[in-house]
Amino acid sequence: MQQVIREKAISLITSGKAARVIGWREGEFFYDQTPEVFTCPEDIEKNFVYNGFSGANLSKYLIKESEKEGVVAVFLKPCDTYSFSQLLKEHRIKRENVWAVGIPCEGKLDIDAIRKMGVKGITSLEENGDEITVKTIYGDKKIARAEALAERCRNCKSRKHVVYDELLGEEGEVLESARFDMVEKLEQMTAEERFAFWQGELSRCIRCNACRNVCPACTCEKCVFDNAASGIENKAPASSFEEQNFHIIRAFHVAGRCTDCGECSRVCPQSIPLHLLNRKFIKDINEFYGEYQAGADPEEKYPLMNFTQGDMEPADAFKKGE
Amino acid sequence: MQIEEKFEPTIVAFCCNWCSYAGADLSGTNRLQYPANVKIIRVPCSCRVNPMFILRAFQRGADGVIICGCHPGDCHYTTGNYYARRRMTLLFSMLDFLGIERERTRLEWVSAAEGAKFAATMNDFVATVTKLGKNRRLEDLRCNK
Amino acid sequence: MQRIGVFVCWCGSNIAATVDVKAVAEALGKEPGVVYFEDYQYMCSEEGQNKIKAAIRDYKLTGAVVCSCSPRMHENTFRKAAAAAGINSFMVEIANIREQCSWIHKDMQSATEKAIILGRAAIAKVHLNAPLTAGESPVTKRALVIGGGIAGIQTALDIADAGFEVDIVEKKPTIGGKMSQIDKTFPTLDCAACILTPKMVDVAQNEKIRIFSFSEVDSVKGFVGNFNVSIRRKARYVDEVKCTGCGLCTEKCPQKKVPNEFNLGLDQRRAIYIPFAQAVPKVATIDPDYCTMLKTGKCGVCSKVCAVGAIDYKQKDTIVEEQYGAIVVATGYNPIELTKYDEFAYSQSPDVITSMEFERITNAAGPTGGVLLRPSDGEHPHKIVFVQCVGSREDGGGCGKTYCSKICCMYTAKHAMLTREKYPDTEVYVFYIDVRTPGKNFDEFYRRAVEEYGVHYIKGMVGKVSPENGKLMVRASDLIEGKQLTIDADLVVLAAAIEPDKSARPLATMLTASMDTNDFFTEAHPKLRPVESPTAGIFLSGCCQGPKDIPETVAQASACAAKVIGLLAKDSLTCNACVAHSEEMLCNGCSSCEKVCPYGAITYQEKEFRMPDRTTKMRRVASVNPAVCQGCGACTVACPSGAMDLHGFSNRQIMAEVDAICK
Repeated sequence: MQQVIREKAISLITSGKAARVIGWREGEFFYDQTPEVFTCPEDIEKNFVYNGFSGANLSKYLIKESEKEGVVAVFLKPCDTYSFSQLLKEHRIKRENVWAVGIPCEGKLDIDAIRKMGVKGITSLEENGDEITVKTIYGDKKIARAEALAERCRNCKSRKHVVYDELLGEEGEVLESARFDMVEKLEQMTAEERFAFWQGELSRCIRCNACRNVCPACTCEKCVFDNAASGIENKAPASSFEEQNFHIIRAFHVAGRCTDCGECSRVCPQSIPLHLLNRKFIKDINEFYGEYQAGADPEEKYPLMNFTQGDMEPADAFKKGE
Repeated sequence: MQIEEKFEPTIVAFCCNWCSYAGADLSGTNRLQYPANVKIIRVPCSCRVNPMFILRAFQRGADGVIICGCHPGDCHYTTGNYYARRRMTLLFSMLDFLGIERERTRLEWVSAAEGAKFAATMNDFVATVTKLGKNRRLEDLRCNK
Repeated sequence: MQRIGVFVCWCGSNIAATVDVKAVAEALGKEPGVVYFEDYQYMCSEEGQNKIKAAIRDYKLTGAVVCSCSPRMHENTFRKAAAAAGINSFMVEIANIREQCSWIHKDMQSATEKAIILGRAAIAKVHLNAPLTAGESPVTKRALVIGGGIAGIQTALDIADAGFEVDIVEKKPTIGGKMSQIDKTFPTLDCAACILTPKMVDVAQNEKIRIFSFSEVDSVKGFVGNFNVSIRRKARYVDEVKCTGCGLCTEKCPQKKVPNEFNLGLDQRRAIYIPFAQAVPKVATIDPDYCTMLKTGKCGVCSKVCAVGAIDYKQKDTIVEEQYGAIVVATGYNPIELTKYDEFAYSQSPDVITSMEFERITNAAGPTGGVLLRPSDGEHPHKIVFVQCVGSREDGGGCGKTYCSKICCMYTAKHAMLTREKYPDTEVYVFYIDVRTPGKNFDEFYRRAVEEYGVHYIKGMVGKVSPENGKLMVRASDLIEGKQLTIDADLVVLAAAIEPDKSARPLATMLTASMDTNDFFTEAHPKLRPVESPTAGIFLSGCCQGPKDIPETVAQASACAAKVIGLLAKDSLTCNACVAHSEEMLCNGCSSCEKVCPYGAITYQEKEFRMPDRTTKMRRVASVNPAVCQGCGACTVACPSGAMDLHGFSNRQIMAEVDAICK
């Protein structure tokens, strides 16, 4: 697939169809790729990668790139197309300047998941269908690909592209997933246990803002947390409670707009399962107001900008689980 | 001998101008008592209440936050309280998810005629929060330094 | 830094008895920015206000906090006083230490502490207050009335009478509405046509009134004083200007088998028709569903007989765009469909009819020429049963309406009385749950039906009507006698519940006007503003707001006109000062705010911006129309970036209050 995509990227540039192509560039480590705007065919031939570690959702880069002159081509995995669709719905991307190429995704790998299996001294990795071969300084090790998948990919919600200009490979389908299992597990805990769980997680936050900066729903011209005039400007990780505040507000600001792409958790250097906050909102929205998948339908009203006269009361939301 | 000081919670009540604030006034006009712990902030509509305000209150030491608006269907602005209801339902559920005691947040519909309901609601809310004790789970500790 | 004055009111002993006002004033005097404080017995008095004015001048105050009664009481008083002393009226905040402090607490210490905290919150807010000015918007001096029934007619006539232009949009080919179908009116029994048709003529002849008949409202944009409405003039295939209403075409048309909706399908009309003799405008209309020419291209009789060449088979819908300052909704009502009430055999027997059908049968211009005859065999009925509350006053679970349709008791009494008067040999039974006759001369009218005309009123509901051997067997219970009855009736008349016209719901969406669960328009206040919608510039006339009889409808129609005239008489409107506004540099252009605005006050535009890096950039940004914004603040919370904020209740002001309270 990497070769097909490279060729497509090169032909888009050489044919003049696109001035730039957004893709993934090989990083310092093989598992650490960087989103990149390519303009030169030779560069693409050499450095454009697409494999199990090309996890970054490239849709957000279109906001800035589509403002520039000429068409920008972008390669979008199924889940990235939801973000793209949502951004279009919010008028954040100049659609006429974008050539979106849908590409297939077999799920992305998580280097930490491999490390957790006790594999040490990893030097490189080869993907062969359902199996991956991890090369280490102690020799090769074969693992089932499914076991090395990132959490968000193990609970993949859709292999369908919701919006694109052309598609490489086969179109997939919306999947049934167990993505709310962990949220449910937490819901069943006592308030004390939940508080302890989240204190444990959120107190590790170093307020690096990576989650916010990568999030395709967090696209504010200026974030309230960076804006001195907002009255809640705050950057310092001075106490655990401030972090809680930051993450609640962030999750609330993207509630009903978050497509559950999982980028927040992928980039968190402290491995905080931030996606659980977003999923809690998604799960609540689904249960309280009917199934809703952000980005799936460009016409559908956002749940938080909609209502029915018979909506449940906050107190009833609690009774539901009891 | 240890003297146990009675815990006096700080309660912030956001009241919409048209129904609940008037309801609170009526409860005053009728001399219906409720504890002084409750401090009311007037907002034009329950839909003006930003989750930021609620978190801010907790962060600065509030022990309970209650939002009061017109009954569904009676909103002065027609639809404001419907939006407020969805926002608060999700926010309260999230706070609960994070382990903040769910009894510390409340949304109530109080009309301009329901002075008695306003007082009763506040009495009940203050009693509930007093029983829970000091809010420690959503407080910015820096404020106490 | 503001220079703030604090004024603590005793309100006689109302505040001072429970709150130590001196302590409050002194404590607040120590707050940052407070340069003056005093307490006084009655701040709202002339003397008290003068104290505030003097302090503003003497201490060069930029803001003031009055600790007193509820702002709902005297906020305006104090704001006016401040304005008189030369500072912006929005620089005054009230700390409510009476209704929300002294009156609800008994303990002086805690009440005083609370009063100080409430004062602090107000001071914190004033620190962030900024002078506000209310904008103005011009008023287009023309009204639109949607619906040309008696409600719309009366409203239009009254508005026109005051000298303003009015357009009536009526979806049917003629104005007149339900009243034109009614025979006699209660409680005076004068003929409906005799009192309605002169009004219809008045409308037609009034220079200020235009009638758009056979037309519908397509879209509504704009706001109070400045509505832009597009009106769809449906093709009637007849040139309204040329047609003289001679009616020759309606006699010559070979297509005779069209159910006549004016007579509720009890007889037939032609494919080209004028609904009734006094129709306004008196113009023929071709029914495209039945016209042979329009369907097959062969016929053209009407075109041949028309002396003025008014027939135009190629006519298309046209759109009229017009501006209005006010819109009146007068969309009226319809009786409900009775398909779900088959226990009354409405679909099984032509002799089970609705009250409206009964009106047409007894009307001299109706299908029977006003002679009471059964639809099935044209025989005179000797025993008639009237069933009340069909579909009205049902409990939530049923297929009917929970409300009382209000007019049925009286028109049934009228029907019963008229039947007994004209046909004394007819026995008349009325089954009722309750007889409701509030209204001038209403109960007297009902009692006459019972006492003078010998109508049998039976309290109880009819369980079943079954057609048997040319009779209608009515099985019912008599609740007072406690027994079951069977009556072999010749005619059964059902008082069907009334419901808002089906066009009302989509219209409400267009107007952003609110409705209740029954699709009746909601009034701005059920008692004090009964003829206005909460949406500014939208007014309610007649049954679109709730069931009403004719006198009530006319009264409401005139009241509605008075409100419209009050609006149109103004050259410009003063807007609300506490409106939302968008910080364009922060705006993402995401449309979230636009989606929650109940007033359509927010629009988006592409604007060129000079960016910090000295480039220019086209950006999509929100802008609020202050003439339309009512200041609810829904948009401010929907906005993730905080670009949208509300004057007078800004994010920072409210957070400052929160901080002051939680300190």
